[in-house]
Amino acid sequence: MAGSENSSLSKPRWLLAELTYSCPLQCPYCSNPLDYAGLGNELSTEEWKRVLSEARALGAVQLGLSGGEPLTRRDLAEIVAHARQLGYYTNLITSGYGLDEARIAELKTAGLDHIQVSIQSPEKLLNDKLAGTESFEHKLDVARWVKQHGYPMVLCVVIHRQNIHQMQQILEMAEALGADYLELANTQYYGWALLNRDQLLPTREQFAEAEAIAQSYKEKVKGRMKIYYVVPDYYEDRPKACMNGWGTTFLTIAPDGMALPCHAARELPGLACPNVRDSSVREIWYESAAFNRFRGYGWMKEPCRSCPEKEKDFGGCRCQAYLITGDMTDADPVCSKSPHHHRVTEAIASAHDSTADKPLVFRNSKNSKALTG
Amino acid sequence: MTLQSDTLLEISPLLRLQWEEAQQRHVMLYPEGMIELNDTAAAILELCDGTHNLTSIVEKLEQKYEASGIEPDVREMLESALNNGWIRELVAQ
Repeated sequence: MAGSENSSLSKPRWLLAELTYSCPLQCPYCSNPLDYAGLGNELSTEEWKRVLSEARALGAVQLGLSGGEPLTRRDLAEIVAHARQLGYYTNLITSGYGLDEARIAELKTAGLDHIQVSIQSPEKLLNDKLAGTESFEHKLDVARWVKQHGYPMVLCVVIHRQNIHQMQQILEMAEALGADYLELANTQYYGWALLNRDQLLPTREQFAEAEAIAQSYKEKVKGRMKIYYVVPDYYEDRPKACMNGWGTTFLTIAPDGMALPCHAARELPGLACPNVRDSSVREIWYESAAFNRFRGYGWMKEPCRSCPEKEKDFGGCRCQAYLITGDMTDADPVCSKSPHHHRVTEAIASAHDSTADKPLVFRNSKNSKALTG
Repeated sequence: MTLQSDTLLEISPLLRLQWEEAQQRHVMLYPEGMIELNDTAAAILELCDGTHNLTSIVEKLEQKYEASGIEPDVREMLESALNNGWIRELVAQ
């Protein structure tokens, strides 16, 4: 599929800039790749500015500044200022660790639009255990400062079996902090989360109970706090419309400059994702084999190929298909029509049966090197 | 929510209204999201700049488009924007 800007291909709208893999936290559900510790040098300030300019020229308008922990980049304010000047809506996606009032003000001056702070649990003990760092009180301070400095405040809590029983307290904490948005992100099983799936995947009953609590709270806070609920796809009958379709909307740039159609795509074998150090964003988006690989419907096998729902969910997630079936062209096995759907139900059973004392593997450089050599 | 004709309106500080060259339309940007606006909605929202109320917005648009009787449509759009939190009544200083 040869491409150019005049073709029928859609333009990127969303750029996720993973500025660094450095992170003071060690969350065991991190979506970074297991082998992050061995990956190449981070892009420089000037390289990031070029990438932002090129993606903006193509049409990207939402910018996520993520990681790792993006605050570990000393040039963050400079990158933000460049992005804002280009007209991006800039979202800082942070643990809050390392943020103080002076830096919040500095970023505001640079033009940052919004800060999303993640909290692991409304309870100090569990928050600090999951983060692998004593960070709870500081995160609460950060959330208050974000609000005081006039940013829209988005609180993000990743939901899994260790904290799903705290749904009511999570909602109360978000309301008390004055969050404008609360993102309840059920864990998606890639990277470190997949490694720890037996310890993280809740039961269907736990999901149903937590969701009912969140839904009824939505009514209570209507008009004051919006609640986004990221669905737990293992308990769905149909897969998510992953990335709104491959290479249609989302562009991720990893810390080492690798360009990915989704942030987990590095794991796909033989995809040979391009690097912004070798190609322009325009070439990558329109012409690279990796971004064209799953565009359209021609790559599909059955049951997707003849499925009337393929234009709705695009066959689901390519990474999830690969991680569970070993073939990235299979239907996402979350789909009940998939011949591999039983592997999802087996994973649920395995998590249900797993012994409570099996330890979580925390995301840190030592474990990354030990796991991936 | 019923809108008073003389209340000054402004875009919510949680959102940003901007023209997108690549899309050839106005959009409203907010944390991790975007609303794509048609020309009519954009023309109305652009006037929510803290110096206009429903009456003056209707006047301006009727002049601009040489139209009349558009008040009910403008009111409906603004009330919906107000209920969605896109705009707010100007906070008295």
